[in-house]
Amino acid sequence: MLVAALLSGLVLGGTYALVAMGLTLQYGIARIMNLAYGEMIISAAFLAYVMFSTLGLNPVAGLLIAVPAGFALGYVIYGAMMTPLVARARDKASLEIDSILATFGLLFVFQGVMLVTFGANFTSYSYLNDPVTIFGTTLAANRVLALILAVVFGGGLYLLLTRTLWGTALRAVAVNPGAAPLVGIDVNRAARLAFALGSGLAAAGGVVISMYQTFTATSGVVFTMKALIVVIMGGVGNLIGALSAGLILGLVETFVATYVDPGLTLAATYAIFLSVLLWRPAGLFGRLMR
Amino acid sequence: MKNLERRRVLRAMALAGTVAATGLLAGMTGAAMAQDRTSVKIGYAISKTGGNAGGAGITTLPNYKLWVKDVNDAGGLELPDGKKLPIEVIEYDDRSSAEEVVRAVERLATQDKVDFILVPWGTGFNLAVAPLFDRHGYPQLAVSAVTDKAPDFVKRWKKSFWMLGGGHDYANALASILADAKKAGTVNGKVAMISVADGFGIDLVTAARPAFKKAGIEVVYDKTYPGATSDFSPMINEAKSSGADAFVAFSYPPETFALTQQAQVAGFSPKILYLGVGTGFPVYGKNNGENATGIMSLGGIDPNNKMNAEYRKRHEAVTGVAPDYWGSVITYASLQMLQEAIKRKGLDKAAVSAELASGAFQTVLGETKFENNQLRQLWWTGQWQNGQFVGVMPADRNGASKVILPRGDWKKK
Amino acid sequence: MSRALLSVFVFALVVAVLAYVPFIAGSYGITLGIGMLGYVTLATAWALFSGPTRYVSLATVAFFGIGAYTVAVFSENMAYPLLLAVAGAIGLAVALVVGLATLRLAGVYFVIFTFGLAELIRQLVTWYEVNVTGTLGRYIFLPVTPEGIYWQLLALATTAFLISWGIGRSRIGLALKVIGDDEVVASHCGIDIARVKLALFAVSAVLITLVGAIQAPRWTYVEPTIAFNPTVSFLTLIMALLGGANRLTGPLLGAVPLFMLFEWLSANFPNHYSIILGLVFIAIVFVLPRGVLAFVEENWRRWRKSGVKNLPAVAE
Repeated sequence: MLVAALLSGLVLGGTYALVAMGLTLQYGIARIMNLAYGEMIISAAFLAYVMFSTLGLNPVAGLLIAVPAGFALGYVIYGAMMTPLVARARDKASLEIDSILATFGLLFVFQGVMLVTFGANFTSYSYLNDPVTIFGTTLAANRVLALILAVVFGGGLYLLLTRTLWGTALRAVAVNPGAAPLVGIDVNRAARLAFALGSGLAAAGGVVISMYQTFTATSGVVFTMKALIVVIMGGVGNLIGALSAGLILGLVETFVATYVDPGLTLAATYAIFLSVLLWRPAGLFGRLMR
Repeated sequence: MKNLERRRVLRAMALAGTVAATGLLAGMTGAAMAQDRTSVKIGYAISKTGGNAGGAGITTLPNYKLWVKDVNDAGGLELPDGKKLPIEVIEYDDRSSAEEVVRAVERLATQDKVDFILVPWGTGFNLAVAPLFDRHGYPQLAVSAVTDKAPDFVKRWKKSFWMLGGGHDYANALASILADAKKAGTVNGKVAMISVADGFGIDLVTAARPAFKKAGIEVVYDKTYPGATSDFSPMINEAKSSGADAFVAFSYPPETFALTQQAQVAGFSPKILYLGVGTGFPVYGKNNGENATGIMSLGGIDPNNKMNAEYRKRHEAVTGVAPDYWGSVITYASLQMLQEAIKRKGLDKAAVSAELASGAFQTVLGETKFENNQLRQLWWTGQWQNGQFVGVMPADRNGASKVILPRGDWKKK
Repeated sequence: MSRALLSVFVFALVVAVLAYVPFIAGSYGITLGIGMLGYVTLATAWALFSGPTRYVSLATVAFFGIGAYTVAVFSENMAYPLLLAVAGAIGLAVALVVGLATLRLAGVYFVIFTFGLAELIRQLVTWYEVNVTGTLGRYIFLPVTPEGIYWQLLALATTAFLISWGIGRSRIGLALKVIGDDEVVASHCGIDIARVKLALFAVSAVLITLVGAIQAPRWTYVEPTIAFNPTVSFLTLIMALLGGANRLTGPLLGAVPLFMLFEWLSANFPNHYSIILGLVFIAIVFVLPRGVLAFVEENWRRWRKSGVKNLPAVAE
């Protein structure tokens, strides 16, 4: 029972982590609080659904299309919408408010387009819904795949950020956007890349989620909120933080469902989240800026 | 100093502007039309966005569209003098908010002065607007509202009609199926039960507990989960090891889909599997194919009812999606009842309400009439058989199919 | 001095006129007024705390829902005024506990914390109802007319406005401005930051709780998903920010036009509502970067410079 709960928890947490990593890049490096993040996820889920049901393209191959598309979309959105906001922002707080308002608008646009295109129906398809047995526990193959992808993406990005010059530049912007230009970093370009990268990850998350979860055009906000919680809990801009916070939340949910009461899973999530914040106000891996 | 004064003036202007805006809108209320009518105005507020959009988008909205098209294609709504008037639709989005739906219906009644108002989706929203329908004299044909309190509501709001039964009806039907299966030795009489922590799930589960007890069914696992749960493996594992060979979930569509998939993964194949809303969605049958066979839920249809079959075909052709097997056909039937009542009594709301309460109507369900303002000719339990979701309870109703138990094991794809 | 008298007079007149509206407006007018006054009060109460401190709170619906739910739970066995008092008291208690625990958080951490709080309360209420009382939906059959709700909300909105005005002119208001600008400076000036913030948070929370309590009887049926609808938090936030949360009339000027816009859009474009709303939002951010009021003031200044003679008599 313990092993089963542990593995199910990790697998569930893998999804949370995957979804949250993109947001942590966007908020931590590009400083954009993207409220339309969940809608980007759902758009990718619809894309995967369309490719699967009309072209018969399997979702893993679909990643090859969805992720670059998400990256491009993020790149364009940042260039068109966020650059002017960043340019006129006097301080971090005013950019935060502006980006909240602007992406709140974007959320509705995305949602509206999806509603007009796909209607409000529950959408789902079945892919890799096969049992896999690990340590005597039966798990769904598509969820295990999600965990693997989360680890691959997380690990890959971590290496990218820590081992390459380009990644170092991104991290420098995250730590101190004011000082980064002094060492020759184009902050705007770095932020744009980070935002696009985050959108690409959102697309990846959307494709993976579509493999096993039912979604509607309006269910994006659920993902935004889960992702935000993971991001904040892990420490803004911290990939490893997002990864571990995601896994912790998954474990908490599964353990509470198994040993306490399934009715309290969400309450437990928020309780853990709130207590982590009270204990470490900047998140598990974050440093307080002020 | 100057600056401060300017602000004060601005503030005054702002407030004056607010008053003006409010007054203006109030003034607009007066304009009414007294000319010869060229159309019948029908209005509705429905959740096009927000959390309820999924449910409204499958059960309610397509049927409104289909009905309006059907009526207008046939030349319009027929009045007692044989004259036909086309339907003019006024629709609002309630954005899944109780406050919005109240305001939208108020607007339909007092501002647009529509002739009839169709109901919103969901138990809570139908109750929220019930006092308004009552105050403005509109008949309320509440379809997607499951409530045991319907007899009380009918006393409170005389023109309200409740068309989907209550939790007890569904729970009792299920209990009697379980009891029969136990008597026949098909199952061991132990049941694992989960329910969504929402009005629907709680209504049903609180009705099911005493019903099962009375039927001699032992509930060995009984938990409630929060809405939008996506991972059911802990609950499925518990249910699997609980010794129950019947599994009941009073769930919402996303969870119904997830449960079906995750039960297959976990190799959990109870002899009786009963799931909640969503089981009767056409996409459920499509996605699960052979594996859907034997799964039970609320609702169902009579597979031999020609009119219903024809309705299903037309629904798919016109709206692009197939209707669900529970509320859809009832929604359409409610509209046909309204249409027929208007044909008999005209556009007088009180007369139409009285006719709805007392008359008998020919609809896609067959002959349909209200008992104490409630529709009672419903399928309390249905089961997937041969690619259709057919009604099995009440077993003595005309057109009932026989329950097939136990359901087979999951088929490998 | 006469200027001050004038604004007091105008304010009283406006309130009086608004109080008279139910006698002339149809029932839709009243409904509209209820919605509008509800959001004006919410936005004003929100800005009361969040404007000067710059703490963006998403806990609005937590308190709104507490108010609505309290009324639903006790409506059968309590007199109506007592009902409101109990709702307010519960709101106050929750606000004090939460305030004590959270006000040391800053920036986005506070934003998400407050959102999490709203969800946590919703989950706990749900769990309690399901496991302890065994029912979820609750019915409210109170003999409160729409006019009654309208007047109560008007009174509440007036109160919120007066509180906001009073604080702006008091020592606390000054202290708050310092806190908003720089907390370190504020603490060096000898301002007890925590107490001021807590007091303000509590006042704002009680007002919000009362809005929920007053509006709830209109829904007849209350369940946690209805009472704790997160949209309320978001709309309040957007309205206050749009108007300009740092000014007295800012929230009002954000709430009224936005409310009308929502109403107009959902009436005329039910199918493309979301898209248009989203585009309008984005446009607002680009065109009115610092809120409606700042925009009006800037243009007012420009206009005044170019044509002083055309000014209406009131202005001078």
